[in-house]
Amino acid sequence: MKYNHRLLLKGNEAAVYGALLAGCDCYFGYPITPASEIAQAAALLFPKLHRTFIQAESEIGAINMIIGGVAAGHRCLTASSGLGISLKQEGVSYLAGYEMPAVILDITRGGPGLGNIGPEQADYFQLVKGGGHGSYKCLVFTPNSVQEMCDMTVDAFHMAEKYRMPAYVMADGVIGQMMESVELPEPATDVYDPEWKMGRIVDGKANYITSIYMEHDDLEAQNVKLQKKYREIEAKEQRCENYLTDDAELVIVAYGICSRIARGAVDQLRAEGLKVGLIRPQMVYPFPVDALQKIVKGGKAKAVMSLEMSAGQMIEDVKLAVECKLPVVLCNRMGGNVPGGDEVCAAAKKVLKELAK
Amino acid sequence: MSEKVKFGRSAVFFDPFERRPGPIKKNMHYCPGCGHGILHKLIAEAIEEYGIQGKTVIIAPVGCAVFAYYYFNVGSISVPHGRAPAVATGASRANPESFVISYQGDGDLAAIGFNEFIQAANRGEKISVFFVNNSNYGMTGGQMAPTTLPGQITTTSPYGRNPETDGFPTKVCEIVNALEAPVYIERVALTSTANILKAKKAVNKAIENLRDRKGFSLVEVLSPCPINLKMNADQVNDFIDEKMTKFFPLGCLRDRSAATPVGELPPAIIREPEEVKSLLLPGISENSNAADASKFAVFSKERRVKICGFGGQGVLSLGLNLANMGRLSKLNVSWMPSYGPEQRGGAASCAVIVNSGAISSPMVDRDCDLLIAMTQTGLDKFRHVLGGNGILVYDHSTMAKPEVGANQKVYGLDALAIANSVGNPKCANSAIIGALSVILRENGFSESEEKAFDAAYLDAITENFAAKPAVLKQNLEAFAAGKKAALA
Repeated sequence: MKYNHRLLLKGNEAAVYGALLAGCDCYFGYPITPASEIAQAAALLFPKLHRTFIQAESEIGAINMIIGGVAAGHRCLTASSGLGISLKQEGVSYLAGYEMPAVILDITRGGPGLGNIGPEQADYFQLVKGGGHGSYKCLVFTPNSVQEMCDMTVDAFHMAEKYRMPAYVMADGVIGQMMESVELPEPATDVYDPEWKMGRIVDGKANYITSIYMEHDDLEAQNVKLQKKYREIEAKEQRCENYLTDDAELVIVAYGICSRIARGAVDQLRAEGLKVGLIRPQMVYPFPVDALQKIVKGGKAKAVMSLEMSAGQMIEDVKLAVECKLPVVLCNRMGGNVPGGDEVCAAAKKVLKELAK
Repeated sequence: MSEKVKFGRSAVFFDPFERRPGPIKKNMHYCPGCGHGILHKLIAEAIEEYGIQGKTVIIAPVGCAVFAYYYFNVGSISVPHGRAPAVATGASRANPESFVISYQGDGDLAAIGFNEFIQAANRGEKISVFFVNNSNYGMTGGQMAPTTLPGQITTTSPYGRNPETDGFPTKVCEIVNALEAPVYIERVALTSTANILKAKKAVNKAIENLRDRKGFSLVEVLSPCPINLKMNADQVNDFIDEKMTKFFPLGCLRDRSAATPVGELPPAIIREPEEVKSLLLPGISENSNAADASKFAVFSKERRVKICGFGGQGVLSLGLNLANMGRLSKLNVSWMPSYGPEQRGGAASCAVIVNSGAISSPMVDRDCDLLIAMTQTGLDKFRHVLGGNGILVYDHSTMAKPEVGANQKVYGLDALAIANSVGNPKCANSAIIGALSVILRENGFSESEEKAFDAAYLDAITENFAAKPAVLKQNLEAFAAGKKAALA
């Protein structure tokens, strides 16, 4: 029998297919716009494969069910948006402390507070900078298409397991809600059975999992170990796509839907003879520092523009990456507004004009 | 009943307690006179007696029992404050062969984690919860708990718990007894040999239910905390027996164990790739007609469509149909709706882009090739997005012929009338797509491109209504009628 792997799916749905095909056994989640199609697709599809779907009582319930399912040695998925992710942060800190892998989808919306259901990218800080208590990091994938919603969910499981830490797939409401044709991968055939799982008997003793280290020196040593892991990730796992950056005088940095708009704007500006390029982070933790260092060292770039649907959150990482060697400007919209291509072009032209002075 | 653990230490305990840091490896970390040690012993003995040690998991709370994993040689995890029943749910559902115990104190269970607890109880999770009620927060130094008695002095109720402002003690068993799902609910005390023997019976029943996967069992244990209550052993036992039991009467509130059948394990997870695919993916139809349109010159650049109208007019599904036609023709497609409350009544719109190459932004806010307007309001909102050479299709039945630019084309169609003529107003979309076939032919589609368009429609609508042959037939009729109307 031949099956059609090419489907028309919402970004939210594609992530659920990706998870199932990656071998995810459990979905625990609470509905929230604009992420609800994830819970709906999971409710429909997980039981078909005799896998677990629970509509949890809350985001807190959901992330703790994840802790239980992951500790039991299974791949688990949850999803939410903005304010729901804020509620999950306690559990995510524990996952980091336990050194347990889990995949969390964040279909971002407007804030602060209840905000609205429009697409913002204002969850950057809470995902990239830790978000909960303690000095920890999470992997953060930033898909910009429905295909990547599927593929990066698969990748998120693998990288989370490789480094034993939580991984987010952060997509704005546009990427979650839009439909695109997507080519689904083959189902995973690996046997997932982590050696650290709770209850595994090793030398007659059942494994336990904890994040508590009463001795200060022990907790310091655990933190040193975690930081070493994060430095390794920062050195090895940066992911981005460079578009016409080699000769660019202005380099736009944008992820998610902003990167799609930026790419259109780059084409338009190039057609007008303006040397503009795009760095699209496919992960924002680790941040593509090397790509930005390269344009600094290349000597052609005169400025960098961070394009974001927030008050300017990623721009801090852009500034750290260029180490004050290039001016970094912000082009942004907030409140659920998506920047238009013309708007980006106008902002880019303004920067180029200033530079020419 | 087995006698083998009557004396000495249960084999479910480590001996010595190697996981406990520091020099003390034989004793538990609990204060003198604390009830946790007794309850630990009863649970360990029951796990041994019912032969479930190898598959048992104890979820350790935040509170004095946070270090339960020092002692029990079973799977364990120390979890966030109050969340043990949610963690237990995840562990038990992910691994239904395991036997999961949630061990919690009164702050953990009845205050910060009450929602996780009551929801797990209400779902009837197949777990057993041991709830240690000692009327105060032991680990943090004797603060007021949900179970602190009226007038009782604690470090955060220095003038005594005032029911006017702090409420009355939370009767957990009684609240759980209002739920349908739980199988077994009993409250016991650790104050005398007789009471401890009753507690042992209750613990055994909860562990037996766990082994037999019968459902949710709760044992509330009134437990001495002499250090924080600043009492000696006799005083604390009197406090429990004479004062606590007034609010928390001992006894079994519910036992449906005997009437509840032994639980079945759920079916094994399906992982075999062919079976996974058969359950997740559609089969490839042998009657597929759609051409590979990725080589067509017309799709060598983005073709951008905007559809606007009113919720319920089929605006979003018209876009979906076009997107599916593109997908089946091996083109890249995107479909972007207005989402949220907008789709639940009021204005609706969506954008569709097809291209043989990559699609940049899925938003259509300019250079639109085809604008389909089902309402005047929609047209007013989006007419500015239509490109200079764009095509406007409007619903002839609800609006007057709009003015368009010099190089723009405009076509009116009474799609609803056509749909009604085939007996199903929901087929208006197919009438519009039928008309589009002709309109696009007039505006640059070659004959073979028109044929491919029609074949893609046939595939898309067949896929969509595979299970509803009557509706499929109506749609095909509407498509043909739409084509005919456009030709006229």
